[in-house]
Amino acid sequence: MNKDELLRSMNEAIVAGNKAAAAALGAEAVRSGADLLEVIEKGYVPGLQKVGELWEQGEYFLPELISSAEAMKAAMAVLKPELDRKNIEAQRGGKVVIGTVEGDIHDIGKNLVASMLQAGGFEVYDLGADVKLERFIEKAEAVGAGIICLSALLTTTMTNQKRLIGLLREKGLRDKYKVLVGGAPASHKWADEIGADGYAENAVAAVKLVRTMSGGD
Amino acid sequence: MIETKRPKMELLSGTFVEMLVDEGLTLLETQGIMVENAEALRLLGDAGAVVDLAAQRARLGRRMVEGCLASTPSSITLFDRSGEKAFAVGGDEVHFDPGSAAVTLLDHDTQEERKAMTADLVDFYKLVETLEHIHFQSTGLISSDVPAAVSDGYRLYLGLCLSSKPFVTGTFRVEGFRPMKDFLVAVRGGERELRLKPLAIFDACPSPPLKWSNLTAQSLLDAARAGIPSELISMGLTGATSPVTIAGTLVQHVAENLSGLTICQVAAKGAPVIFGGSPASFDMRKGTTPMGAVETMMIDSAYAQIGKFLKLPTHAYMGLSDAKVNDPQAGFETAMGAVLGALSGINVISGPGMLDFESSQSLEKLVIDDGICAMVYRLLAGIAQRDDPIALGLFEAFAPDMQFLSLPHTRQWYRKEHILAGLVDRDPYEAWVTAGRTSIVDKAHADVRRRLGKYEASPLADPVRKEMDKIMAAYARSQGVDRLPVSDF
Repeated sequence: MNKDELLRSMNEAIVAGNKAAAAALGAEAVRSGADLLEVIEKGYVPGLQKVGELWEQGEYFLPELISSAEAMKAAMAVLKPELDRKNIEAQRGGKVVIGTVEGDIHDIGKNLVASMLQAGGFEVYDLGADVKLERFIEKAEAVGAGIICLSALLTTTMTNQKRLIGLLREKGLRDKYKVLVGGAPASHKWADEIGADGYAENAVAAVKLVRTMSGGD
Repeated sequence: MIETKRPKMELLSGTFVEMLVDEGLTLLETQGIMVENAEALRLLGDAGAVVDLAAQRARLGRRMVEGCLASTPSSITLFDRSGEKAFAVGGDEVHFDPGSAAVTLLDHDTQEERKAMTADLVDFYKLVETLEHIHFQSTGLISSDVPAAVSDGYRLYLGLCLSSKPFVTGTFRVEGFRPMKDFLVAVRGGERELRLKPLAIFDACPSPPLKWSNLTAQSLLDAARAGIPSELISMGLTGATSPVTIAGTLVQHVAENLSGLTICQVAAKGAPVIFGGSPASFDMRKGTTPMGAVETMMIDSAYAQIGKFLKLPTHAYMGLSDAKVNDPQAGFETAMGAVLGALSGINVISGPGMLDFESSQSLEKLVIDDGICAMVYRLLAGIAQRDDPIALGLFEAFAPDMQFLSLPHTRQWYRKEHILAGLVDRDPYEAWVTAGRTSIVDKAHADVRRRLGKYEASPLADPVRKEMDKIMAAYARSQGVDRLPVSDF
């Protein structure tokens, strides 16, 4: 397989959501000594961009989206040890702490966003569902994350998104983090009202928002 | 005379039903369920389940589950607050109750959803009390002006003060059960009396797939011991929290419901249980849980058929809509669900009034939906043979200018054969224009005002009310709540 074929196959594996193929192609790249940053940027990432486009055009639905994100993660899992070994810093999107706020066990939407962010090159710390507010801050402090994403599916628990911002203020940490909110009852208006830094209505929009917030393209 | 046929639909063949039940039982035996409640795990273990306490997992053998099925009553009789009016929950009886626990109310004046307040809940109870085709009340709104620590109990307290109908309700916190049971006992005048004449159904929702949380498992144990019917609300979301195929979701549904039933039976043999649910065809674009999707209704109808095969009372969330206002979508989704649910013979159909994925209630929609329920009951009554011969007698005096309006036969039967239109528009065009082109929503709003105006309280007996007040005050105090919204009911 020449380089162009390799890159094209990587692109296709991501678009098709083919985890096994995406990983095998990563192994092939490592074996043939290809420029790994190039295969990421010109092979896999364009596939992921294509998936985003297909979603926005209404061609792709959640199962396709999540399969492509999983394929991307599988590819990166193969490339990561090799990159580490060669001391190459793959272009990372930044560190993100994410979770569903306390009192709320809904995690489907949060999982999607976490998966898409991870596929998009972010270092994601997923704390799960029903997460105590203090834990978001502890984790963000511990790993040096710049962004905290809060999910809530209930109008009764969405107030915890607001409480987290208050908690950051109390600790004098508000300016250190960008706080993004999502979930069925959240909205741009709600984000403004509680002094959050942003709101996204779905997983694709969330990745774009996080990218903007972390100073990416 | 011909016996009137009750119209009925079934989506599954008998063989398919048996396969689905068989797989559900196998799933319980091989994979089991997660139970985050130590007492429930212990009871299941004592009754023969293979329990892994550390993993909070219980595998339920087929014989054990079948034994529990055998001890569960096939029918429940609920009684209204007075204890006089009985409602059979079993067979093909159909009772509607408003969709429960909405967090917002659709405000008619602004056409916006807003947080529900206690005053709204009071109006809601009063209105439902006047709607004759909605047999049961539900604790339909979560008032935002009540502290979360007592909101489950407070809404039942208000409801029992304001309404005589049986209730569909449930706990939000483990601590909520005790005062809620105490209210029911106070109304009935004793624990034994409540057991003999159940006044409320408690909903308990497993977390899909195959898990009972501490709260919901505790609710099953507590309700079973008090003789309060538990309504099991399995809610797989196709392709998200349950298999994407409808049949696959049904297998999970069977397993979740039978595991809930088993928990009830090991707590109190013979405890009343309703085979219910609120599953949905997960929207793969929006990530939402559409209750108005036809596939959701198909899952509901099918699991109800399975519930009947298992000789259990049944429940479903149908007759509701995902629309945000009372638009055509609200009407057709509600009517489709109500009709399909009733034709499936589902005993408790929760839905009227509800919008926006079970999150919003509308008073206007409640009265519109009461009209839908009226039509549904007419449909269920079927086509009767009233005369023998059926019509030949009427034609004995046949002449070209014959008409039927003035016949005594017409006068005798028209109110029995046909129901009045209610709020729907049946005006000729010109009359409709002259009357101001009024929409059904505007008519419904006027009807809400009229009904609230004519609502007459049938107050609780003074000692009962005093006892209720005492229980409520003690519950509030125990939760550190010193003030509750005052209402002038």
